[in-house]
Amino acid sequence: MLLIDFVAYAVAAVVLMSVGAWVVKRGLVAVTADRRQHLLRTTPLSAYFGLLTIATYVLVAIFADLVAPFPERDVLGAEYQPWGEAHILGTDNLGRDMLSRLIYAARNTVGIAFVTTALAFLLGASMGLLAAVVGGWVDQIFSRVIDILMSIPQLIFALLLLTIFGTSILSVVLVIAVLDSTRVFRLARAVAMNVVVMDYIEAARLRGEGLGWIISREVLPNVTAPLIAEFGLRFCFVFLLISALSFLGLGIQPPTADWGSMVRENATLITFGDPTPLLPALAIALLTVAVNFVVDWMLHRSSGLKD
Amino acid sequence: MSPLLSMVLRRLGLGLLTLWAISLIIFFALELLPGDLAQQILGQSATPETVAALRAEIGLDRPPLTRYLDWLGGALVGDFGVSLASQREISELIGVRLYNTLFLAAYAAIIAIPLAVSLGVLAALYRNSLFDRGVNVFTLTSISTPEFFVSYILIIWLAVQLGAFPSISNIGPDTTFWQQVDRTFLPALTLTLVVTAHMMRMTRAAIINLLASPYIEMARLKGIPRSKVIVRHALPNALAPIINVIALNLAYLITGVVIVEVVFVYPGLGQLMVDSVSKQDITVVQACCLIFAAAYILLNLTADVLSIVTNPRLLHKK
Amino acid sequence: MAPSNETLLRVRGLKIEGRADHEWLEIVHGVDFDLRKGEVLGLIGESGAGKSTIGLAAMGFTRDGCRISAGTVEFDGMELTKASDEARRKLRGSRIAYVAQSAAASFNPAHRLIDQYAEAPVEHGVMARAEATTDAVDLYRRLQLPNPDEIGFRYPHQVSGGQLQRAMTAMAMSCRPDLIIFDEPTTALDVTTQIEVLAAIRDAVEQFGTAAIYITHDLAVVAQMADRVMVLLKGDPVEEAETRQMLANPKEDYTKTLWAVRTFRTEPKPVPAADAVPAVSLRNVTAAYGSVPVLHEVSFDIHKGRTVAVVGESGSGKSTTARCITGLLPPVSGHIFIDGEEPPADYRQRSKDQLRQAQMIYQMADTALNPRQRIRDLIGRPIEFYLGLKGKAKEERLRALLAEIELEPDQFIDRLPSELSGGQKQRIGIARALAAEPQFIICDEVTSALDQLVAEGILRLLDKIQKEFGLAYMFITHDLATVRSIADEVVVMKEGKVVEQGPKAEMFTPPHHAYTDLLLSSVPEMDPDWLDRLLAERAAGGAGAAAAPAAAAPAAARGVNPGE
Repeated sequence: MLLIDFVAYAVAAVVLMSVGAWVVKRGLVAVTADRRQHLLRTTPLSAYFGLLTIATYVLVAIFADLVAPFPERDVLGAEYQPWGEAHILGTDNLGRDMLSRLIYAARNTVGIAFVTTALAFLLGASMGLLAAVVGGWVDQIFSRVIDILMSIPQLIFALLLLTIFGTSILSVVLVIAVLDSTRVFRLARAVAMNVVVMDYIEAARLRGEGLGWIISREVLPNVTAPLIAEFGLRFCFVFLLISALSFLGLGIQPPTADWGSMVRENATLITFGDPTPLLPALAIALLTVAVNFVVDWMLHRSSGLKD
Repeated sequence: MSPLLSMVLRRLGLGLLTLWAISLIIFFALELLPGDLAQQILGQSATPETVAALRAEIGLDRPPLTRYLDWLGGALVGDFGVSLASQREISELIGVRLYNTLFLAAYAAIIAIPLAVSLGVLAALYRNSLFDRGVNVFTLTSISTPEFFVSYILIIWLAVQLGAFPSISNIGPDTTFWQQVDRTFLPALTLTLVVTAHMMRMTRAAIINLLASPYIEMARLKGIPRSKVIVRHALPNALAPIINVIALNLAYLITGVVIVEVVFVYPGLGQLMVDSVSKQDITVVQACCLIFAAAYILLNLTADVLSIVTNPRLLHKK
Repeated sequence: MAPSNETLLRVRGLKIEGRADHEWLEIVHGVDFDLRKGEVLGLIGESGAGKSTIGLAAMGFTRDGCRISAGTVEFDGMELTKASDEARRKLRGSRIAYVAQSAAASFNPAHRLIDQYAEAPVEHGVMARAEATTDAVDLYRRLQLPNPDEIGFRYPHQVSGGQLQRAMTAMAMSCRPDLIIFDEPTTALDVTTQIEVLAAIRDAVEQFGTAAIYITHDLAVVAQMADRVMVLLKGDPVEEAETRQMLANPKEDYTKTLWAVRTFRTEPKPVPAADAVPAVSLRNVTAAYGSVPVLHEVSFDIHKGRTVAVVGESGSGKSTTARCITGLLPPVSGHIFIDGEEPPADYRQRSKDQLRQAQMIYQMADTALNPRQRIRDLIGRPIEFYLGLKGKAKEERLRALLAEIELEPDQFIDRLPSELSGGQKQRIGIARALAAEPQFIICDEVTSALDQLVAEGILRLLDKIQKEFGLAYMFITHDLATVRSIADEVVVMKEGKVVEQGPKAEMFTPPHHAYTDLLLSSVPEMDPDWLDRLLAERAAGGAGAAAAPAAAAPAAARGVNPGE
């Protein structure tokens, strides 16, 4: 495949998703009643594009076994076969089916990134909320420690920790989750700070409510919207970071199919001008763009709802 | 002492303190190793005697604090000890690679900063125009794309198809400066694209934020022409936010440099670090980590000091 | 100076749209008005009425995300909505000028005041730079800024709020424009500072015969400043008339509700016995934020069944006093007794029962009610928490409380705060305080965010509840009308000290402490002559003289409705 074909396919994919998004929007607007219709109508096409793309990825990841023509790890023939009947996207450096690995990698890469982001959130958001609500020296200590941890660039810190803990999937997930939780902490604390100054929090404190009640019943319901949007953004960063590590050979390890390491394994083809190995990178980019679109729309909505 | 000076000094002090804390983290992270360094090098099958011998040889039998002080003292004068994998002096490994990495980073920064700042300012000034939308699509795509994707696309296009630039940065001791400029072009371009996207987005946001200030509206309501509003009212207040955006985004350079160096087989610090991680060569990783972290902290420190110094509210004290 | 008959500004069918969620929504729905040379038109309305948007449109200007969708704005024969950008730019600053609400934010922090003053005259070719500088000093002097020769050479952050606001008025005057738009220029200022700025603005406008559009939400202010008043509601004009006529004889129902005089007066209560134990008692309370002292030796009592109003300007320490009582800010020294006993100074060490005794109602019901909780939870929680009631018993109590605050239980019990009006929200705040069955309630500016009529309803409700349960109220307010309505006793605070206290009747009768007098006399009244009279009296030297008419004849001073 040539670069020009590659670009044509990429554009075709984007156009297809956009048309799909437009059709879905028109369809949904047509079948819904007044109140919800306003929301559906004012939602921009980019958000539909994002949601549709994300839904596609999730479905492919869940039903990988049904969608993929071949198993994930089986060597099926010669290496680097071109695109063709048997293997639609050809075979990789070990003779495994490219398309099947691409599909399984959706499950592995997206799944691992999702779990990591979820962990980072659990850790970062709970510490951030705690720091904001308790305040005082707890907040001071938490914030100073986080400041220092954040003053080492994330990828560099990850490399240091992975040297020490080794490059198993578990350590990749834990290391990235801990490092990324610092960013979540910052945001969760900042958002919660805006809520903590509200009179209703003072009212709850003066009523004698405990920490648990204040965090879970008074603060949390008011910070979920920005936190969900931030979850999307953090997911993008984690996803790109894990892909970068895998590309460097330090993330998800073979024979597990993964988009980052697939690029690395097949990079030889690129020097011959064949962009097939870049399909996984395209998959990464498309999902990240999609999530960004949805996050933009959610942030816009939550800021618009305030006034 | 003037409040300006004391703020700058306080910020500098905080920077040094952070650097020191970072050195502690980097050094003592090693203590988290299951077993210790000697065990790690020799593997599980080593006899206790050989482990003890190695421990004595690399000084592991001394208390951690002594070792830390030695290491820090050495690092301050550029001596990071010995590589575990190759037994060579780390300073020797790092020397020319550090220069190469700085060369690459500076190369990218020199193109990226003026480009990103001017495009970002233009996008902010012509908000919601076709140009702005184009910029928005470009930056969003670019920040959503892994660095290696950009690198390879450029390789296929500029190196393989057009043959304009070498796809591998073959740089040795007898490469001349201009040869290096040519051979580093593709990695620098990749970095530029990645950093420009982030920097442009943030410059645009910062300027839009600034243009929404009541004093800008006031200037317009006084009938001041648009160009003068920008030059006289926006620019003096835009310095600090733009400096911050630049510093913040040079951090992406540090991350980007690692990946780009690997793609282009560029003999820099990033590649050394990745290699050393694969070999579990912890002393080299420590040294690289310290250098990258220090560079990052110094960048932020410079930005903070500059934005303190350019703040009119602090320049003219009450 | 009397307005001439020549029309300066003619606005017809003005419609303005704002962008929300990728759609254009109309926010001003067709406004007409004329402004003659030298005339001052007051635009009055609540927030969201579109006053500022209309004011800016009079300059042919719309903010980002807004556009003029229909209508004409004709300034001295020139149609601004059709004029070129360049033509409009030349008018701005030179013939039409603007004074913004926040002077601190509207001056560029990077330039000196005098440079910003000179910018427009030099740009529009009215004066040379040197001439503009002398002119600035002259105007600063006329607007009675302190150190007029020197103040222009300072940077904005080096000058106080009231002075900045006058400097901005001077800046608007720099080209001697025909029209100035004043957009809530005194809203951010304290009452005593407000007087100086109002006087300065009026002098300047009169001296130069400038026409003005004066935008405000404060009726008493507009009564002083405007020749004519236009009332706006949600982007629609409600009524327009000469100021005196409008004050004396409003036609529309909405205007009448704005103008309604507070007729409610609490019944005089028996004086408590000398040995009665006060519900709350402060003795020599001194408090500080860190090392910054905020309260000095504050002492007063609040007896059961009685209301003590605490008045003062921002920074006077009235809210800090409340924080000390509730235990949010433990005092440095002194004692606070609740029902004769001294609870721990820090609320975190108080028992549930001690916390229950003192409840609080907040100024902004919007921030006082958790937007994600339904009324059932908002009021139900203290019932459950303090009284241990659950299930059916809790539900019954909840319904009884809703009935108490005059909200139909079935209709309201499952609503969210966002589904309530401002007055209803404040009632929920009252019910929440009441649910704890307290001895004592702190009401922190509870009516200042509400319309007159709604506020009066809240005051009546609070009074009814007080009688029913024998509650003690501490009523924090800066509004003297509210004090007259509900207080039994008054405490006047300034800079963290109590400057005067006593029964209401005594407090509103001279002689006063000098500060009480300044405070009382500075609160604008809805009498168009109030400012003139006050300034004349102050000029005559007797500040005490100013207070007499203001206090002795409140109804007359408020002008319209001889209700009492």
